[in-house]
Amino acid sequence: MKVLVPVKRVIDYNVKARVKPDQSGVDLANVKMSMNPFDEISVEEAVRLKEAGTATEVVVVSIGPQQAQETLRTALAMGADRGILIKTDEKVEPLAVAKLLKAVVAEESPELVILGKQAIDDDSNQTGQMLAALLDWPQGTFASKVEIADGKANVTREVDGGLQTVALDMPAIVTTDLRLNEPRYASLPNIMKAKKKPIDMKEIGDYGVDVAPRLTTVKVTEPPVREAGEKVEDVATLVSKLKAKGAI
Amino acid sequence: MAVLVLADHDNASLGDATAKTVSAAAAFGGDIDILVAGKGVSAVAEAAAKISGVRKVLVAESDALEAALAEAVEALVVPLMDGYDAFFAPATTTGKNVAPRIAAKLDVMQLSDIIAVESADTFVRPIYAGNAIETVQTSDAKKIVTVRGTAFEAAADGGSAAVETIDAPTGSGKSAFVSEELAESDRPELTSAKRIVSGGRALGSEEELNKVLEPLADKLGAAIGASRAAVDAGYAPNDYQVGQTGKIVAPELYIAIGISGAIQHLAGMKDSKIIVAINKDEEAPIFQVADYGLVADLFNAVPELTDAL
Ligand SMILES: Cc1cc2nc3c(=O)[nH]c(=O)nc-3n(C[C@H](O)[C@H](O)[C@H](O)COP(=O)(O)OP(=O)(O)OC[C@H]3O[C@@H](n4cnc5c(N)ncnc54)[C@H](O)[C@@H]3O)c2cc1C
Ligand SMILES: Nc1ncnc2c1ncn2[C@@H]1O[C@H](COP(=O)(O)O)[C@@H](O)[C@H]1O
Repeated sequence: MKVLVPVKRVIDYNVKARVKPDQSGVDLANVKMSMNPFDEISVEEAVRLKEAGTATEVVVVSIGPQQAQETLRTALAMGADRGILIKTDEKVEPLAVAKLLKAVVAEESPELVILGKQAIDDDSNQTGQMLAALLDWPQGTFASKVEIADGKANVTREVDGGLQTVALDMPAIVTTDLRLNEPRYASLPNIMKAKKKPIDMKEIGDYGVDVAPRLTTVKVTEPPVREAGEKVEDVATLVSKLKAKGAI
Repeated sequence: MAVLVLADHDNASLGDATAKTVSAAAAFGGDIDILVAGKGVSAVAEAAAKISGVRKVLVAESDALEAALAEAVEALVVPLMDGYDAFFAPATTTGKNVAPRIAAKLDVMQLSDIIAVESADTFVRPIYAGNAIETVQTSDAKKIVTVRGTAFEAAADGGSAAVETIDAPTGSGKSAFVSEELAESDRPELTSAKRIVSGGRALGSEEELNKVLEPLADKLGAAIGASRAAVDAGYAPNDYQVGQTGKIVAPELYIAIGISGAIQHLAGMKDSKIIVAINKDEEAPIFQVADYGLVADLFNAVPELTDAL
């Protein structure tokens, strides 16, 4: 079984995004970029499937600028076998990403595609579900457990009320949530080895897919700032302040 | 114009997020119909029909819809969209699970987690964990939207919409419900609670978290929430997580206990009306958003606070 894992290069989760003064977007110049944290969880899951003998090959794919190659290298160092970079300097919307991934699926014929549930830059939470719809595949989103057996993927999902488990016919789409696993750090020897693993360089034009954006950003602004309040001396003061505010 | 709103429910009762989504749909404009997809949902449909401003309630029932399987909801909604200009779903885990499937099938780019409707094609949504607010215009003819509940007041009751039963298509058969483990609790639901007591990694264990937070939550009639670190460590179940990638809350009172205040956590609670932080580190970032900060050991301060109420 081949597993495809789409990984996105995003602002590092430790960095607080700053809005550009001209309100055209978020300032990403000289900002630390990393693999989307949910995608690290996806890569980890795929690599574990390979280590368990369930998966035969793990292919990682990224749509993004030249530097997204580093993101792919990180995934290769974690244990993925090879990468595909679909190079573009444009912003590609989730629907277009899903269409490109559909084309990649047609070439690679994976039985499982594991995506992150959400990219922490656009916070869209769409791409996996869209890809599933475009392929007419079943989906198990927000996964905290994935078990593959007898041509089915049993996926336990983190839902608002607790947990739900669904059984999906393969091929299937899974999107990862935080509790699925704890991604490994790549060891130095594996980082060295990853340098020799192949990355296929592609252009959007290679796929014959319409990626024209549907959305136009009118403006990007700062959220209202919340002023820090006061420090209170002790519990009694806290209680009297909250009472005065009618909060308790 | 007409909008189809997906009802939030658990087959037995209508969720609060529905009336909030109706408000967002009202801001968009046009006739509003509510879709109740599930099984054994007559009480849900009745409640939905009472929301004011609703034209009619469509009810579709099947086993696959009972479990809200995305494939089944997609098969139901996509053909219905011939008659609608927009589909509004609450940004619950169900809404997030199904809406993008419908969008992709209609070849539409979805607008996720909107906090305001500017016009029939322009919406406002937080990005980058709420550190930036984007106003975005779509060129798609149909609008597929998920709505952040905390940003909209619930539409009032007082309506009497007609309830109409429609056929539920048989699903793809490629997915099946296996089981669920739903949290049972007498406490208010996190996203609609007026007061929330939320615990972090500092609580140290599930036992301690319950021992320290439950009496306080009981006194306040509050829901209990948690940080990701507390959930990851197994001190609290996953559905307690507040934050960028958990639940978005905005209660009257949010008490953060032993939570440092990472941006991902703040993204889920910084619109709360009054924020109280109890943390022993006076430099903890949570104090930058707290109206009242108490620098103290929570294991002393919280029982003391509970006793004082
Ligand atoms: C992709 C991604 C998504 C994420 N999504 C979320 C999310 O949705 N929600 C979320 O919460 N986090 C999320 N996080 C995690 C987030 O970055 C933080 O790691 C997390 O919020 C920290 O939890 P915490 O504050 O409980 O723990 P810590 O940061 O460890 O803080 C514990 C705090 O307790 C204080 N403390 C310790 N002992 C005591 C004591 N005895 N009395 C009083 N105070 C004490 C300490 O001073 C410290 O401030 C996400 C991270 C990533 C990468
Ligand atoms: N440009 C991209 N390249 C590769 N994968 C992507 C890209 N954009 C989104 N994804 C995948 O889709 C998931 C969800 O992203 P989103 O729908 O944007 O929140 C991510 O976690 C990735 O797995």
